[in-house]
Amino acid sequence: MNGVPIYYFLVLSAVLFGLGVVGFLFKRNIIALFMSIELMLNAVNLAFVAFSRALGKLDGQVFVFFVIVVAAAEAAVGLAIVINIAHNRQTLNVEQVDLLKF
Amino acid sequence: MSVPVFMFFACAALAVLGAVLLIVVREPIHSALALILVMAALAVLYLLLGAEFIAAVQLMVYAGAIMVLFVFVIMLLNAGVEERTNKSLMAKYLGLPLAGFLVLDLAWWIAKSTAGKAELTASAVPAQASSTIELSRMLFKQYLFPFEATSILILIAMLGAVVLARRDS
Amino acid sequence: MGFITQHAVLVVSIVKVAVLLLAALTVNAYLTWFERKLVGHIQSRIGPYFVGAHGLLQPAADGLKFLFKEDLTIPTSDRFVFCLAPLLSLTLALTTLALIPFGPATITIFGQPTELVVANTTLGLLMVFAISSIGVYGVALAGWSSNSKYSLLGSLRSSAQMISYEVSLTLSIVGVVLLAGTFDFRTLVEGQGGYWWHFLPRWRVFPQIVGFMCYFISAIAETNRAPFDLPEAESELVAGFHTEYSSFKFAMFFVAEYTNMITVSCLATILFLGGWLSPFPERWTWQLYIPAVGLLLTGVALLADAAFKWNGIARLQLVAVSLLALGLGVLALSPTVMLVIQGVFWFLLKVFLLIFFYAWARGTLPRFRYDQLMSFGWKLLLPVALANVVLTAFLIEWWNR
Repeated sequence: MNGVPIYYFLVLSAVLFGLGVVGFLFKRNIIALFMSIELMLNAVNLAFVAFSRALGKLDGQVFVFFVIVVAAAEAAVGLAIVINIAHNRQTLNVEQVDLLKF
Repeated sequence: MSVPVFMFFACAALAVLGAVLLIVVREPIHSALALILVMAALAVLYLLLGAEFIAAVQLMVYAGAIMVLFVFVIMLLNAGVEERTNKSLMAKYLGLPLAGFLVLDLAWWIAKSTAGKAELTASAVPAQASSTIELSRMLFKQYLFPFEATSILILIAMLGAVVLARRDS
Repeated sequence: MGFITQHAVLVVSIVKVAVLLLAALTVNAYLTWFERKLVGHIQSRIGPYFVGAHGLLQPAADGLKFLFKEDLTIPTSDRFVFCLAPLLSLTLALTTLALIPFGPATITIFGQPTELVVANTTLGLLMVFAISSIGVYGVALAGWSSNSKYSLLGSLRSSAQMISYEVSLTLSIVGVVLLAGTFDFRTLVEGQGGYWWHFLPRWRVFPQIVGFMCYFISAIAETNRAPFDLPEAESELVAGFHTEYSSFKFAMFFVAEYTNMITVSCLATILFLGGWLSPFPERWTWQLYIPAVGLLLTGVALLADAAFKWNGIARLQLVAVSLLALGLGVLALSPTVMLVIQGVFWFLLKVFLLIFFYAWARGTLPRFRYDQLMSFGWKLLLPVALANVVLTAFLIEWWNR
């Protein structure tokens, strides 16, 4: 049976990461920004698992475990901040939350 | 085309479709659904790579809890349609090509470094009999300190979320 | 024929999926009949009675009604999500059924030996929980896209309830996994063979009784069934998240709910009640005839019922059903079928027992209020499940020294 070369998985991970970067730079909704960050984290997870399989060690999967846990913690706190911003500014547009700029 | 290659291309197409939809659609709830599609496709890819436990954890935690949190927040804040302004020309004509260059650059260096190594393949046969047992052994032996540290991190995140999301009443 | 023998694995998979789908949908339909009858008798009334003898054609009538009813289109801005939500619910509910093994036997279809499970994975238990944790989206998105206050409130409450009880659901089976040391369904069942003191079967419900209680209560809450059905009860929030759905989409939610109930009962059977193992010792070989004798007795009882109590077309229906039961009973007497059907019979019997408890709870217990529900889940069930895990781990370590 033919296998799938690891190269395919890594290129897919690169493509997803690039799309996450594009989303992060171009989206104006805060929650959509957050979701682009999650997309980037997922792309990195795929690269970790691909390398873990390629090199035969399980360290990559342990790292994926930690990335998922940290992403959960970050999403919880980040969304709480987003709720606060939405209540204070009545907007979810990231271009209008610029009070710290001079 | 053998079954693993077909499965890979099907899931890769779904993942890229989901990622493109995430960026392109205008309602946040549709973006959330697109991201869930990406995560489900990635879970199948993890199964293809023999990481069964990680696939289950991805579905249970990432797609089943974190994205539910996103969907709840979108529903609570009633995030509406995102307005589309074409103000920034530099973003469109410089940013997008640069992002494309980033992806091509990464792909090029990946291809160059994995070029001659024919043994780096993922076939349908899983690498180890049960990765769950080995994974948990590693988590509790070599990576014990990060494990405990992340549990404290989750506790702090819970406290932070509760404090931040509470209204001053 | 050449195509079939070449791609035997694929064809066998398709056949198994088709059989499972058909069986699941039929069992769902008659589960609604059974529940209505049981709840009716608990409430001192008869339940469905008119459509066919003993109301046995009621599910068919309901199905036809769902098909022919007008599919209301509400003025919502999000048609895609409105149509996606019931589809998601139903698909995920039916997918979890594919992971559950129904018996130990290995049957041969088209010359290919195969197990009695559609998807044979080593991490079956974890996958079932992973897939059912995505089932929250069906509920959440249904309420959101319905453009109605009752639906939104009902769906938010229902999905919050589901994700809360999911935690104690997964924790309550950690004790079982610690005892068995694996996530594989087959090993989980086969680890329950043998007897203590020569008469008590080694089912895991006896050492893990606390885990079983936690699991079952969490499962009732997870599937939004009484007494935890505040988000969808008729007297509370109209109908909760599926208020605005009509005809076939509502039928999809309905079938998804009952399929979830069946899946959770199958899981409880495999994990705690010994799966397909019979409670009688192996050397009592007469137990091989129990399924056949049961079916034959059912057929005879139905024939007696038809002869003495019913007239007209109801009599013909009952005679048809009893002939079916008799035919199946005779078929179960043949040696090959008898061996295969043993495991499946005991498995289905235990699942049926658990579903009987579900329907019994619905007819008997009053509903939890929403804040009572949430505090019960987080403040009582979760600590008890955690204590169960800690105690089990401690006792296993102490026993092994």
